[in-house]
Amino acid sequence: MTDHPEFRTLSGVPVDAVYGDGPAPGEYPYTRGVHADMYRSRLWTMRMFAGFGTAGDTNARFHELLKAGGTGLSTAFDMPTLMGRDSDHDWAIGEVGRAGVAIDTVEDMADLFAGIDLGAVSTSMTINGPAPILLAMYVAVAAEGGVERGRLSGTLQNDILKEYQAQKEYLFPPRPSVRLVTDVIRFTTAEMPRWNPVSISGYHIREAGSTAAQELAFTLANGFAYVEAATAAGLAVDDFAPRLSFFFNSHLDFFEEVGKFRAARRIWARWMRDRYGATDERSLKLRFHTQTAGVSLTAQQPEVNVARVALQALAGVLGGTQSLHTDSFDEALALPSEDAARIALRTQQVIAHETGVANVVDPLGGSAYVEWMTDEMERRAEEVFAHLEDLGDGSLLEGVHAGIESGWFAGEIADAAYRYEREVNAGERIVVGVNAFTDGDDPESRRLLRIGQDTEDLQRKRLAAVRQARDDGAVATTLARVAADAAEPTTNVMPALLDAVRARATVGEVVDALEGVFGTWTEKAVV
Amino acid sequence: MGPQATADHGQPVRVVLAKLGLDGHDRGLKVVARMLRDAGMEVVYLGLRQTTETIIDAVEQEDADVVGISMLNAGHLTLGPRMVEALADAGLDVPVVIGGIVPDEDRPAMAAAGVAGVLGPGASADEVVACVHAACGP
Repeated sequence: MTDHPEFRTLSGVPVDAVYGDGPAPGEYPYTRGVHADMYRSRLWTMRMFAGFGTAGDTNARFHELLKAGGTGLSTAFDMPTLMGRDSDHDWAIGEVGRAGVAIDTVEDMADLFAGIDLGAVSTSMTINGPAPILLAMYVAVAAEGGVERGRLSGTLQNDILKEYQAQKEYLFPPRPSVRLVTDVIRFTTAEMPRWNPVSISGYHIREAGSTAAQELAFTLANGFAYVEAATAAGLAVDDFAPRLSFFFNSHLDFFEEVGKFRAARRIWARWMRDRYGATDERSLKLRFHTQTAGVSLTAQQPEVNVARVALQALAGVLGGTQSLHTDSFDEALALPSEDAARIALRTQQVIAHETGVANVVDPLGGSAYVEWMTDEMERRAEEVFAHLEDLGDGSLLEGVHAGIESGWFAGEIADAAYRYEREVNAGERIVVGVNAFTDGDDPESRRLLRIGQDTEDLQRKRLAAVRQARDDGAVATTLARVAADAAEPTTNVMPALLDAVRARATVGEVVDALEGVFGTWTEKAVV
Repeated sequence: MGPQATADHGQPVRVVLAKLGLDGHDRGLKVVARMLRDAGMEVVYLGLRQTTETIIDAVEQEDADVVGISMLNAGHLTLGPRMVEALADAGLDVPVVIGGIVPDEDRPAMAAAGVAGVLGPGASADEVVACVHAACGP
């Protein structure tokens, strides 16, 4: 290792890349990290999640984030888009562009990425139920801009299982939805080698109230379920597994979080090798994105959230994350304002460039407490896997389906959420500014981002213009093919979706066509 | 059961809880359901993706005293008043309490629209129960 000045402490003491014995970072089972020298050769991607208003509004925020030193884009869609409804649908009233950006047609997608070289940037899209449709739109926009799909780099969340368990943004019943996930995996495996087709997400499970161990266990179980589904669809595990990626929450209990991240890598490596027969080491390496815990942010004294976010981000970095979103301090009050989003990005930059923590790989490895916590997280996760295997007669995929259908996951998560709430209520847990140290709240000082009704009106006009200009006959033909291909369980729907979005079919129209074949899903309302 | 768990008809307060609209964040509403239940109230939990019509049906069938709706998607200024109007149009004198992310500056507008109470992030069980009780009237 060269004696590069970056790898000296602030006081000038030279430091090695790694300290301690045992399997090194970059070696199986990757507990200490997936790369030998981690952030020394490449910092994590500072990927800030953004989306609000119309495509033009969010495009401006994207340009701002890239100018401020962000290194990847991440798109938040509004509730109607997430639920596969158009902006002029009855369900969309009051929700267009409010909690994310409104996307109805490929024209909106083109405006969203205007002026951004899709061959050069990596893009994450947080979308699940309609994920294959939005991927088709992204591919179509890139092609219209001269970028071949094989050059596209990014991540589609496309993790439908956790929707039934936690986030609840599902459209169709679980089984056909998992088939759509595998259709995307098949498509990107064949045609988009730089694309991550699924981001297996614990984030939302945790936000819904789970414990750290439940987040770890449910997420990895969902990952195993997708591996079983994709291999059942005819793919070889080493053909797609290197492109599976993960997304975890980084919450407040610092060492518990670090232990969780380390355990995740070890469990995934062992299961992929021993259970699913993967031999390509890239299949064994769990790569993950981290977001700080939105649910931990307080509406009271919101400035204090900057400190919470910094500590959570540090846990993600010390846990070896590949990319990171830091929450804005005002998120318990409204969508992030531009100033708050910039402070959140600056927080990552302070960690990366000022604290020195990126100079040494897995600096907490070897700590008796951290190693014990890593083992404990793994042990608790293995208990859950055993339970799901029982439920599924040896299949994790079937076990996960059974847990969804019976409401087991949702019940476990709700129990944990209520337990926490009771502890806070009883004063057994201190939440600074909420149940202790409550002086100093100044609601007058807040400048919140507001999305007005004009966004909704404008988006409806844009949609009406696209409907007016397109060839309705072509739209009907392509939608008929979507339905026909969906009805054939072994046909990949992606080509039909590409044709439909190119013909300017809307998200809602495509979802309706799929719903006609797959039906809808209503969960058992259990509290 | 504490004294504040009963409504003026002498029966336990009966609360219909629902997510109005597309927003699927149901952690808060489920926690509130258990808080109210622990306080001796009767909770009719409708769950996700409810409309003003489905909520009104439940209010009529269950003879509810209060409607609690939850939203974390900034739709409260549209959907809150809409719920109040829909209940009035149906001839139901049932107060509406909203929980979720509602900026303080929106509270006067919510009150003016007839929303009986707003519960923000971090509300304690006591605050939740008191708010529902206050919405039911003296």
